[in-house]
Amino acid sequence: MVVFALFIISKSGGLIYNREFHTGLNKLSSNDLLMVAGSFHGMHEITKQLCPNPPPPTIPSNTAPTPFAARATGLEVLETSQFRMQCFQTLTGVKFLLFTEPQQPNIDTILKKIYELYADFVMKNPFYTVEMPVRCEKFDRGLDGFVKVRG
Amino acid sequence: MSSSSTPGPGLRYPSNKKTIYDRNLNRTKNAELSRAAFAYLFIEMISYAQRGAKDVGDLEQRLNNQGYPLGVRLLDLLLTRSANPLSSIRPTRILPLLQFIAQQLYRHLFGRPADALERSGSDAAQYMIFDNEPMVNTYISLPRELSSLNCAAFVAGIIEGVCDGAGFPTEGVSAHSVGEQEAEAAGAEGKKGAAMWPGKTVFLIKFKKEVLEREEILARGTSG
Repeated sequence: MVVFALFIISKSGGLIYNREFHTGLNKLSSNDLLMVAGSFHGMHEITKQLCPNPPPPTIPSNTAPTPFAARATGLEVLETSQFRMQCFQTLTGVKFLLFTEPQQPNIDTILKKIYELYADFVMKNPFYTVEMPVRCEKFDRGLDGFVKVRG
Repeated sequence: MSSSSTPGPGLRYPSNKKTIYDRNLNRTKNAELSRAAFAYLFIEMISYAQRGAKDVGDLEQRLNNQGYPLGVRLLDLLLTRSANPLSSIRPTRILPLLQFIAQQLYRHLFGRPADALERSGSDAAQYMIFDNEPMVNTYISLPRELSSLNCAAFVAGIIEGVCDGAGFPTEGVSAHSVGEQEAEAAGAEGKKGAAMWPGKTVFLIKFKKEVLEREEILARGTSG
């Protein structure tokens, strides 16, 4: 099983992180990468508008109301014969795009773990500014440790 | 003065060790604090220190100053709390003091002892405490322009406070990253697993001259 690459797209649609784990995808110029990220962001926003109203969430009466309104998720999976792209959007609007082989199992768990690493080593890093490109050595190392060990 | 049986006005002092000086406020079985909460707090401390800091050295000094009062207080607190009445006397010699820092203080702060304790070969006044993976640096990746910064300067400040509070004035305690040097050294020797501890940090403690003089006199006193 192969995980090809990871993109992180900021809330405003900028590509803030891209990382290739296994060769397999064609190399794109950095300009094209930005364009892919931008177009996906736009498409994601539109598909969100497109889908019907989600049903109101059924919250058990004994829990506190959640501040997050139920939202349509937008585009989540893109699949081709060669790869599968899964998108995971956090509550704050950051998108993680994971490019894998089409048969890759457990993508949800992988994305969840990557989100965890992001929360730890990017968001808890005093020298990271939100919406800016991610340059955190420990995040890279954590991803390597996690993805390559699984791969 | 009121006797102990009829508590008068003022501070009541229970004899069964139940004041906040004797135990943590958090008395659950494993009294642990949230690491994430600390991380976010530490972020704010660093950005507070960064405001108006001229350079990396200045920034480290500011972090050091934030840790210093903590050290002074922790020394008293840990000594008061120690169960053994003999060990609740403050350390009077250098080695017991350093042991106290590497063991009790480290255990209290980070839940484990420090990784190594050494005396500098070149300078008799210099001692080194090693920490393979400082807890305060767990989530911190340094940007290139600040690559010489080590945020464990905060811990160095705590250590400095303990030394000063115990009556061992220092020229300063500083934190240095040594993980990379070690990796290079290991790489030169052709060893594998060079970057075993990439965040390895050494705390350099340099005592003032008078501390060493006193130490010498005390050593003479015990041996002769």
